[in-house]
Amino acid sequence: MKFEQWNGFQGGDWQSEINVRDFIQHNYTPYEGNSDFLEKPTSKTETLWNEVLELYKKEHDAPGGVLDIDTKTVSTVSAHEAGYIDKDLEVIVGLQTDAPLKRAIMPFGGIRIVEKSCEAYGRQLDKDVETIFHQYRKTHNDGVFDVYTPDIRAARSSHLITGLPDGYGRGRIIGDYRRVALYGVDCLINKKNEELDILDVDQFTEEVIREREEIREQIKALQALKSMASQYGFDISKPASNAKEAVQWLYFGYLAAIKDQNGAAMSIGRNATFLDIYFERDFQNGTLTEAQAQEIMDHFIMKLRLVRFLRTPEYNELFSGDPVWVTESIGGMGIDGRTLVTKNSYRLLHSLENLGPAPEPNLTILWSTRLPENFKRYVTGLSIKTSSLQYENDDLMRITLGDDYAIACCVSPMKIGKQMQFFGARANLAKTLLYAINGGRDEITGKQVTPKYEPILSEYLEYDEVMEKFDQMMEYVAKIYIKALNAIHYMHDKYSYEAIEMALHDKDLIRTMACGIAGLSVVADSLSAIRYAKVKVIRDESGLAVDYEVEGDFPKYGNDDDAVDQIAVDVVKTFLRKLQKHQTYRNAKHTLSILTITSNVVYGKATGNTPDGRLAGEPFGPGANPLHGRDANGALAVMNTIAKLPFPDAEDGISYTFSITPNTLGKTEEQRVENLVNMLDGFFKQTGHHINVNVFDRSLLEDAMEHPEKYPQLTIRVSGYAVHFTKLTREQQLDVIHRTIHERI
Amino acid sequence: MKLEKEDLAYYAKVHSIESFGTVDGPGIRFVLFLQGCHLQCKYCHNRDTWDINGGSYRSLDEIFEKILKYQNYIQPNGGVTVTGGEPLLQVHFLISLFQKLKAVGIHTCIDTSGMVAITKEIETLLSLTDLVLLDIKHIDNEKCKALVGVGNTLELKFARYLSDHGIATWIRQVIVPGFTDDKEDLLKLKEFIASLKTVEKVELLPYHDMGAYKWKKLGGTYALENTRPATSQDIARCQAILNATTTAN
Repeated sequence: MKFEQWNGFQGGDWQSEINVRDFIQHNYTPYEGNSDFLEKPTSKTETLWNEVLELYKKEHDAPGGVLDIDTKTVSTVSAHEAGYIDKDLEVIVGLQTDAPLKRAIMPFGGIRIVEKSCEAYGRQLDKDVETIFHQYRKTHNDGVFDVYTPDIRAARSSHLITGLPDGYGRGRIIGDYRRVALYGVDCLINKKNEELDILDVDQFTEEVIREREEIREQIKALQALKSMASQYGFDISKPASNAKEAVQWLYFGYLAAIKDQNGAAMSIGRNATFLDIYFERDFQNGTLTEAQAQEIMDHFIMKLRLVRFLRTPEYNELFSGDPVWVTESIGGMGIDGRTLVTKNSYRLLHSLENLGPAPEPNLTILWSTRLPENFKRYVTGLSIKTSSLQYENDDLMRITLGDDYAIACCVSPMKIGKQMQFFGARANLAKTLLYAINGGRDEITGKQVTPKYEPILSEYLEYDEVMEKFDQMMEYVAKIYIKALNAIHYMHDKYSYEAIEMALHDKDLIRTMACGIAGLSVVADSLSAIRYAKVKVIRDESGLAVDYEVEGDFPKYGNDDDAVDQIAVDVVKTFLRKLQKHQTYRNAKHTLSILTITSNVVYGKATGNTPDGRLAGEPFGPGANPLHGRDANGALAVMNTIAKLPFPDAEDGISYTFSITPNTLGKTEEQRVENLVNMLDGFFKQTGHHINVNVFDRSLLEDAMEHPEKYPQLTIRVSGYAVHFTKLTREQQLDVIHRTIHERI
Repeated sequence: MKLEKEDLAYYAKVHSIESFGTVDGPGIRFVLFLQGCHLQCKYCHNRDTWDINGGSYRSLDEIFEKILKYQNYIQPNGGVTVTGGEPLLQVHFLISLFQKLKAVGIHTCIDTSGMVAITKEIETLLSLTDLVLLDIKHIDNEKCKALVGVGNTLELKFARYLSDHGIATWIRQVIVPGFTDDKEDLLKLKEFIASLKTVEKVELLPYHDMGAYKWKKLGGTYALENTRPATSQDIARCQAILNATTTAN
C-alpha cells in the first residue's frame, strides 16, 4: 500500500498490513517534559463551549434530563442528517442525530425499552417504528426471552444475577478507530474483502457461514461510514493527510459506532499518542501552531462530552448519571522501555482545565512506576483539582496485553482491534451465600428460587458446613450465569451485531466471557464472622433464616489482615473455576471482574440481612471496596487488602474507589501531589489493578446536594467511572457521602 | 505471659495504627500511636491515649512485619512516625524497633513533647532517629505549667540536646487562641528557635476541638470548652511573627 498522505512517516510493517501499533512504534515521539507548553482555549473554543454549557442547562431542566428525542428515525450509521452545534465554530464535526443532545432510538437491542424510554420522557414512539419492530423485525431482547429457561428467569427476577444486557446493548467493544485515520475506509474494505477470500473454503460449516455473513455486514457498515462522513462534506475513503483530518476521521469512526449501538459502555480506545504523530508532522511542516493543536483536541473532547443514549429511568438506577464510558486510555510504557506519553497525552488531559472538569470522556491513566515524573505530577495534580481521573496498572496489564491495549468501560482491558468481550454484568455472591444457608429460598420473598436442597438447621453457623453449601450454591449460580450469557450473546450477535465496531477489528479475535462479582466484601466479612466470631441465626416461622446475631469480633476485609483477605481471594478463585466448567458461546475465555459501578446500591437493596451484621437493604461496598466503616487502619491498609485480589483470576478488572480530603492528603499542594504519586506507585507495586481517586471535603458534597445549581460541573469518581455529582439519585449521593472518605486527625 | 509483657524491649502498649499519615513528617508515614502520656495538655485531641493501662500489647515482630507491608508506599520519601501519647515513655521498645527499621533503610521519626530526662536510653534512641517533631508546649515556663501540667525546662533542654547532636528537628506548636498566640511569647519562641542549629521547619498547628468528644466520653470535663478553634488567620498572624525571626537570622 502506498498513499501520499503517509509522506513524512517512517515505514514499516504497518504499510503492508493493518497494524496501528507498528505505525505508532515507528513514528511516535515520547515526551518526558512538563506541561508548560500547553495553551489556553482559543476564543473559538470558549464561545463554542459556552454554547454547549447553555445546552447542558436546557438539558438539565428538561423532564428527566432528556432534551429531545428523534422518535422517528431508527438510528444506523448513516440514518440521520448532519447535525451541528454551531457550524462556523466547530473544528471537529459530527453528532449522533441532527441536533446536539437530541437522543436517537436504537430498537435493534429491544423495542420495549425504546417505548418505555420515550414514554418516561413524555414522548410517543413513531407508529411505523412500533409496527416494524413488533411485527416484522425481531430484536435481541425478543431472541433472548425466546430461549431463556425457567431457572435463568428465576435467577434473574430474584436478583441473583442482575444487570444482564438482555434488554439493552452489551457494549464494551472498542473499535480500532485509529484505522480509519491511518488507512482510510477503502483500504479497510479491501482488507475485509481479502478476509472473505480466506473464508471461501470447502468445509462450509456453520462457523464459516456466520463469519462470512458478519464480514459482509462489516463491509456494508464501512460503506455507510463513508456516506455518513460525506453528509458532513468529507471524503474519508483515503487516509487522513494532517492532524485535523486524523482527529476528524477517527471521530467519524467512533461516531458511526455510537449511532449504531446503544451499548452499555462505548469506549474509544487509546488515541492520544497515535494522534500525536500527526500533530508532530504538522509542526515539522510548519502548518500548525500549539494553540491550534489544543483547539482541535478541545473540540474533539467537546464532541465526546455530548454523547447521549436513550435509556430508561430504571437503567439510571443501576448506572446513574447518564454514563456512556467514552473511556480513553492515556500513557503507559512501551515494551521497549520508552514511555507512551506524548505531548498530545497532555493536550487531551488539559481539556479538563480548558473546559472544566467532566465525567466524560472517562479519562484513564495507564500508570507505570516508570512513567516520566513530570507526567506523574501533572496527572495527580489534575486528580486533586478535578477528581476526574482513574488509574490502572500498566505494569500489570502489559505482561499479558502488550502495549497497545485499552480499557473498555471502567476496568476491562483488551488488545485494541484484536480482542472483544461478551459483557456479563454480575452475579450477587452475597445473595448466593444467603441462598446457601436457606437451601435456595430467597431471604426476602421466601420463594424457592434454586432447586431445593437441605438448608442449614443449626442455631449457630458452622464454618465448614456453610462453606460446603456455599460451594454448591456457587456451582449452581455459575451454571445458570453462563447459560444466560450464552443466550444473550448468541442473540446479540444475531439481531444486534456491532458491524461497524467489528469492521475495525482483525478477523481472528480473542473473545472473553466477562463475568462479574458483586458483594465480595460482604461475603468475605460474613465468612470471617462465621469463622472467627459466633453467628446465631434468627429464623421466621417458616424456618427461613432472616437475620443474624454476631457475638464477638472478627477480622474485617479492608484492614490488610490475611485471616479475612484470604477468604476473599479464595472466593474469587473458586467462583472463576466454577464458571470455567461451563462451555461458553464462541469458545470465549472466562474472565471475571470485581466491579459494581453504582449498582452496589441496587444490589444491596435487593439483598437481606447478612451474617456480617450488614442490614437488609444497605448498599454493598462498590467494586472491591470494603463495606464502608469496616476499614480501621487507614487508606493503605485498604489498598493492601485490595491488591491481594489476584488479577490473573480477575482479568476483567478489580475496581477500587478511593476518596480522601485534601488536608489528609497533605498540607500543601506540593506535598499532596508528592504523596499521591508515592501512594499510586506503592499501590501498583503491590499489584493493585485499578483506583479511582477523589479528593474533596464531605461538606462540599453536602452543599452540592442542597444547592445543585452551584455545582453544574462537580465531577466525582464512582466505581469505574465519573459522574456529575448532581446527576446522581439522592440515594446514591448519600451512599457516596457516607462511604469512607479518608480523614484522620 | 506476664513475664513477656514485662519485656519492655519487645512489647509496646499501642493505641492504634494509621497506615496513611501525611501530616507527621515528610512523605507518606506509617504512624504508630503509642499508649500512655504523662502530660495533661488541656487541648489534647487524643485524650484516649493518656492512660498507660489502656491500649493493647503488640510485639516488636508484629509491628515490624506490619510496617514492612507498607514499604512500597513509605520508602521513596516517607517513613515511620511514632507518636502517642508520649512515645518516649516506651524508649526500650523504640530502640529495638528503630534498630530494625534502620537496618532496612526506613526513615524514623518521633513526635514528642521532649518532656523527659535525657537518659542513656534516650541517647541511644536519638542516635537511631532521623527526625524529631518537637512539640514545644509553651515557651513561658509558668504558662506552660498552666496549660499542660508541667513546666518547660525538660523540653527546652531536650531541644538543646537535639541541636548539639545534629539531629534534624521540626519545631511544632499548637496555636490555642488566648493561650499560645501571645505576641511576646511568640517572639521569645522565635528567639529560642534561632539559637538551635538543626531546626529544618517550624509548624504551627491550629488548635481544633474535634477531640473534645473523647474527653466527654471518658467522663472528664473539657477545660477549653469556651475556647474557639484557631482559624487560618490566627495561624497566618502567628506565622508572620515567627517569619520576622527568620529574616533576623
